[in-house]
Amino acid sequence: MILTPRASIVRTRHRQLRAPPRPSEFSAASNMSDSDLDTVYKVAALARLDVHEAEARALASQFARTLEHFKVLERLDVEGVEPMTGGSRHSDVQRDDVPVPSLDLERILANAPKRVDGFYSVPKTVGGDE
Amino acid sequence: MDAVALQASLARRETSVREVIAETFARIDALDRELHVFLSTERAAAEARAAELDRSLASGKPAGPLFGVPVVLKANMCMQGFESNCASRILAGYRAPYTATFVERLIGAGAVVVGMANMDEFAMGSSSENSAFGPTRNPWDPARTPGGSSSGSAVAVAAGIVPIALGSDTGGSVRQPAALCGISGFKPTYGRVSRFGLIAFGSSLDQVSPFARSVRDLERVMSVISGRDANDSTCLDEPPVQPEVAGDGQGNALARDHENRAVPRAAKSLAGLRVGVPKEYFPSVLQGDVRSACEAALAKLAELGAELVPVSLPHTDYAIPTYYVVATAEASSNLARYEGVRYGLRVDGDGSLQSMFAATRAAGFGAEVKRRILLGTYVLSAGYYDAWYGRALKVRALLRRDFEQAFEKVDVIAGPTAPEVAFEIGAKSDDPVAMYLSDILTVPASLAGIPAVSVPCGFASATNASKSSGAQSKASAASAKVSHAASSAHDGAGRLPVGLQLIGPHRGDARVLSVARAFEAATDHARARPPLYAAAATAKGARS
Repeated sequence: MILTPRASIVRTRHRQLRAPPRPSEFSAASNMSDSDLDTVYKVAALARLDVHEAEARALASQFARTLEHFKVLERLDVEGVEPMTGGSRHSDVQRDDVPVPSLDLERILANAPKRVDGFYSVPKTVGGDE
Repeated sequence: MDAVALQASLARRETSVREVIAETFARIDALDRELHVFLSTERAAAEARAAELDRSLASGKPAGPLFGVPVVLKANMCMQGFESNCASRILAGYRAPYTATFVERLIGAGAVVVGMANMDEFAMGSSSENSAFGPTRNPWDPARTPGGSSSGSAVAVAAGIVPIALGSDTGGSVRQPAALCGISGFKPTYGRVSRFGLIAFGSSLDQVSPFARSVRDLERVMSVISGRDANDSTCLDEPPVQPEVAGDGQGNALARDHENRAVPRAAKSLAGLRVGVPKEYFPSVLQGDVRSACEAALAKLAELGAELVPVSLPHTDYAIPTYYVVATAEASSNLARYEGVRYGLRVDGDGSLQSMFAATRAAGFGAEVKRRILLGTYVLSAGYYDAWYGRALKVRALLRRDFEQAFEKVDVIAGPTAPEVAFEIGAKSDDPVAMYLSDILTVPASLAGIPAVSVPCGFASATNASKSSGAQSKASAASAKVSHAASSAHDGAGRLPVGLQLIGPHRGDARVLSVARAFEAATDHARARPPLYAAAATAKGARS
């Protein structure tokens, strides 16, 4: 995959920062700014997603337009309304606390892109710059 | 023949399951090149299963309620060993290590899974254009979308490949394609069907939902797949949904003979039923002859004895933004699991774990999925959580309250399923907001977690879809592309199906289905078939 210099910067950033900086608010759809672009990069870092510059520009203008459309939500008075936090009022059901067989390890690991013995294999995370 | 009739015929041993499966694959061979229904088919497994079922019946074992019925699953459903790739490059080649509860129940009832259907990537979309593997086409006009996101499942049924298919409905992903393809699709009350083995998009909205060519088939499937499941803590602790039977004294269910014809009955089969008609469901953006088809359907309900009652769902205008905040927030969390470690694609970054995550996700997800993950991440991020996500959850509560207040006065609510007929592939693909607006009539019931069915209610003109859709013209100049006549050669008679949506109160699943069944029996709309259907049916061995 080809990375623009900008995308490389994003990578550097999310290696260095434990908590990526808070994104700033998008401007109105009609006047997209560099700060909108910056917001896209920050959100992308939070979402662990590389975006290249052309993609980020398109996303910034789409988000600005989408969020402008969504601003109607601000018109509503929601003072005192209890949020609906799930698909129903129904509270969680619990199953009986009895052991049941687990899935076979081999069957689960069969989909892993890289594995070593009975483990998933990933790049080294300690002892280097991470 | 629908699934109920096919099962009865097989149980009487008038035909064999092997024969049925051979005919199913003959239709797949005849139609799939043009329609692109499937991401994968499982012929060998289906044939082996058919032989096993034939042997089982011959040995005297009873036939299950879906005995020998071929079914198609959406590619976000898990069946052990089958490829559940969600139409995404990031899951290409992923074979499920276990089988979903609802799939186990289908199989236990005798169904035969023949393949995994195309869809919008991770169920995000309304047209199948977001599939990483190319769009599915509408059998009524292959230049047009079948709707989405459960596109392949809808077309498998509409084109007569199988009588039953499963989709998942998060914001209308079964009802909208059912409407655009001229078949029936039912989204149950949230929690009626276990989500164990359904790959998650928006967990508080996702619901496994069947497609069929008859309402009684929807009822048959629901009686099999619904009901409590210890593997899904959001699954309602209730027995399976059973159809309301004829002569139950409610006056709202019909007797059927074994060929699915309505038997002589009181002319006023819906006497006593109060049908709410929300003015918000007939907005100015509604295509003109979609409106008239739905008004004619309401008149038919009245003719059957129902009382039409004007109701208001005042927060309807807020449903689209609420939905897209809630669903993208949930998606950004659910899709965090695709990072190149446990399954699917891996792209190495600069050697670090973090860069591997970011590079894998950049290469594996399509544009719309990235858009939604990022939007969802934004609305959940520090500083915006309360303003967007927190507020959307409160508006969601208001939308639910709208329905609860309406259902104090009425038994069901009726209106159109989609604001327009099937649009041309490419018409909205550059404009996310235009695409989001096509969900305007389906997302409210999704947010409220209540049941809703779409049933065929006639036809509207294809040309009007290009010229007068307010949803498009309102959205952007990009939609102007729609009016070009490039696809008119495919238009056939120029008529495209329209769906009537019937919405019920929480747990009113059997009620909405029984009203849909009464409407279906009193009209011929559900018997209309696309030209392609007839063409393939003349091929050797094809069945209807």
